[in-house]
Amino acid sequence: MMFLRLFEGRLGWGLLLLAGLLFPLIVGNDYHLTVMSTAYIFAIATLGLNLITGYTGQFNLAHSGFMALGAYTLGILTVDHQVPFWIAFALSGVVTVALGLPLGWVSLRLRGHYFSIFTLCVGYILFLVIEKWEGLTHGTVGIIGIPAPAAIGPLTFDTPLKLYYLVLAFLVLGVWVMRRIVNSLMGRTFMAIRNGDELAQALGINLMRNKLVAFLLSVLYAGWSGALYAGFVRFLGPDLASAAHSFDMTMYMLVGGLGTLLGPLLGALMVPWLTQYMQFLQEYRFLIFGPLLILLVIFMPHGIVGSWLGWRARRQSVAAKPVAPTVTAAKPEVRRA
Amino acid sequence: MLEIKNLTKRFGGNAAVNDVSTVIERGKINAIIGPNGAGKTTFFNLIGGVIKPTSGSMTFEGLDIVPLRTDQVACLGVARTFQTTTLFDMATVLDNLIVGHRLRTRSGLWDVLTGSKRLMQDERVCREKARAALDFVGLAHLENRIAGDITQEERKRVAFALALATEPKLVLLDEPAGGVNPEETVGLAALIRKMVAHGLTVCLIEHKMDMIMSLADKILVLNYGEKIAEGTPAEVRANPAVIDAYLGSEHDEIPA
Repeated sequence: MMFLRLFEGRLGWGLLLLAGLLFPLIVGNDYHLTVMSTAYIFAIATLGLNLITGYTGQFNLAHSGFMALGAYTLGILTVDHQVPFWIAFALSGVVTVALGLPLGWVSLRLRGHYFSIFTLCVGYILFLVIEKWEGLTHGTVGIIGIPAPAAIGPLTFDTPLKLYYLVLAFLVLGVWVMRRIVNSLMGRTFMAIRNGDELAQALGINLMRNKLVAFLLSVLYAGWSGALYAGFVRFLGPDLASAAHSFDMTMYMLVGGLGTLLGPLLGALMVPWLTQYMQFLQEYRFLIFGPLLILLVIFMPHGIVGSWLGWRARRQSVAAKPVAPTVTAAKPEVRRA
Repeated sequence: MLEIKNLTKRFGGNAAVNDVSTVIERGKINAIIGPNGAGKTTFFNLIGGVIKPTSGSMTFEGLDIVPLRTDQVACLGVARTFQTTTLFDMATVLDNLIVGHRLRTRSGLWDVLTGSKRLMQDERVCREKARAALDFVGLAHLENRIAGDITQEERKRVAFALALATEPKLVLLDEPAGGVNPEETVGLAALIRKMVAHGLTVCLIEHKMDMIMSLADKILVLNYGEKIAEGTPAEVRANPAVIDAYLGSEHDEIPA
């Protein structure tokens, strides 16, 4: 038990980071690096989606729209207005949040399925705007020739390997910040809203303000991951905004575990590799993947990490029962991975 | 403590609460009874700010609470329990309770990102309040249990603890003894008395007449949204309108 717990705290995250750092040495081929970097970028967006959907319980289907918003902000600013990369990068976060504020404020007035349906529409409108507003977004032609991330001092990002480490650094930052948020009182506030907004409100929690904060943080993750995507792929089409990407990210969360920190990360890294290896099945791969997903949702509704945490929490509670209350009180809190 | 005057709530042509005036008295156990559909829960929702009254006034300690949102009413010191308590069943009981004191803390996003001293302080206070509340309701031994594993009666007590963690002055209890057995009901009644003994004011809705009659200091009887009687248990029991509306038909009711 103690041994296992070691792996779930800082040490576990440290080992994951080490694996991330050593990954290029193990694969040593650019294709795999590119697949992994793309997976990291979507993992960042999925972390954000998990904050509003997994932790706050508001199933947002406009997430890929916000990701595209960040990506297009960076693309338009760097290509059409020659704004330096990192300034455009910062602005892509600002623009995403600035647009997320009114959109979130309107959407969050709705609850449950209505919120999901509404955000599905919001996402589609974002897609349509990107596709049709040719003067700004180059329409279906897309934005070509987006510059790679500019050098930061002596650090350059001109090879897939260097880009890999850049994206990894952002992922690490994203996980670190998210861990702070969800393990804090603020995270508990979001979870209280998910568990039941009626009760949360009766406990003095301002629903709109807290949901909006979660929503804005969530779209900030989407915006910056989109900007990274633009700098990494260096080409943008309106497809990025399509709902299919929102559903992909939802799938990552479900596989890994909604409302857990590690779950969406695991899902976002695992599922792309699975689909890569099923590439030979072409379109038919969903014949295998679909039923697998359904089985997972039926038998492991909390996902891989969620099921593991539930199992462990129950074991701990059983272990803690016979001990006198004063002793259990001194035990460290149950830490969410 | 809470003064209610001519409170009316209409849903279309239907008056769920009609012209009710009453006073929730400080330091007492105030009960609201009435047959199903009498408007009791609507009454609670009005006090809690969940729905806005069509007309009438409510003043809590001299302050008009009609325009306030639910969370603002809670911040003033009005806590509430529900017929069913939505807990996070995969987390421990203590984890579920920590958020109860959140409304008395001020840590914002910046505190969270920087891991400020204020946040540490707030989290410690919330944890302490949660433990104290759990201890108060007699469940200190359950703090590490998974919320999904506890009994219905323990869940009721956790709901009380959540309300207490908000540091309320007035606690509204919606059917606190719903779905628990007679012995457990006695225990919950004792807990409600203990709350009042510690300076709280309680207002509760309950269907179990024997519990109400022995527990309440003051009873308000609603029927079809209107106040038909008010007074001590003895007065209410003797009131012919009450006997007609409620006690006489008690045997027809499905026990809650």
